[in-house]
Amino acid sequence: MENSIYLDEARDPLAIAEGWMKDGKDVAIATVVETWGSAPRPVGSHLVIDAEGNFHGSVSGGCVEGAVVTEAVDVIDSGKAKMLEFGVADETAWQVGLSCGGRIKVYVERLG
Amino acid sequence: MDPYALKSLNAERRARRAVILVTDLGDGRDRIVREGDQVAGELGAAIAKAFRSGNSGSVEAEGRTFFLNAYLPQPRLVVIGAVHISQALAPMARIAGYPVEIVDPRTAFATADRFPDVALHAEWPEDILKRQPLDSFTALAAVTHDPKIDDFALKAALDANCFYVGALGSRKTHAKRVERLLALGATADQIARIHAPIGLDIGAASPAEIAVAILAQAIQAFRSRGLESKDAVA
Repeated sequence: MENSIYLDEARDPLAIAEGWMKDGKDVAIATVVETWGSAPRPVGSHLVIDAEGNFHGSVSGGCVEGAVVTEAVDVIDSGKAKMLEFGVADETAWQVGLSCGGRIKVYVERLG
Repeated sequence: MDPYALKSLNAERRARRAVILVTDLGDGRDRIVREGDQVAGELGAAIAKAFRSGNSGSVEAEGRTFFLNAYLPQPRLVVIGAVHISQALAPMARIAGYPVEIVDPRTAFATADRFPDVALHAEWPEDILKRQPLDSFTALAAVTHDPKIDDFALKAALDANCFYVGALGSRKTHAKRVERLLALGATADQIARIHAPIGLDIGAASPAEIAVAILAQAIQAFRSRGLESKDAVA
């Protein structure tokens, strides 16, 4: 599907976020803004989250999505964007770290 | 993210146009920049680079940190002619990350047997291109040698500003083709964009080698998008 020439409406995180917005849901958008070492998802990748914790897309190989979703629900409440960092050198790595040994920075913001 | 920015971002992506979302990581404000929009200074230079490479990343400019998220449509290759070259070109291009579509109205050539696992259209370019128009993220290689099939597609590719337009044939063949395209209303500037003889000059002899030369030339054109105008000035 990586090579699809048209937008895959059913799976594209930003298309899904737009749909949620039209349905009147509160939405947060998480974006990988920096990577070091072997990171599973490239810079620019998105995870979109609604206020109930439903999500689509990915910012890692599934290693840190849980933590990002939790933070995103906070961001939806407060409206204040957050910069999250995950990696082997990080304390949180022991809980939700990247097994691949890479490090990533994820920007989480509310839609609207 | 601004809801309006998300809407325009998705609209551009659905229309297969390149777009960059610029987010100020300090205050969270964002805006959409389309390819060709003028942005001044360091930020503008970083944006131009991101449009060419398709790589997203952070940039320091005007004392602020911006995140540039580049959304480039998937480039693709349309080949006019279900010929021997195309049989080698289709799998090579797919491996290189350029999905391929092959168009040839000659049903003896355009058979699933000759082109397994390839999007194949046994119809005239006039018909298929009406339903699936070309765009600036499409490369077009016309390799039938038959003006009745190639010419319309070449003119359509020039009008759609395809990032690569190549046409098979000797210099002599191309000279005649130029006359015909002029008669169809193509401008001299447009015609100058056609790569003919087709393919990088690597001394390709066999159909498969010519396919390599075409693919390499198309990749070169894709990775240097937006630089042509500067070259013309220099």
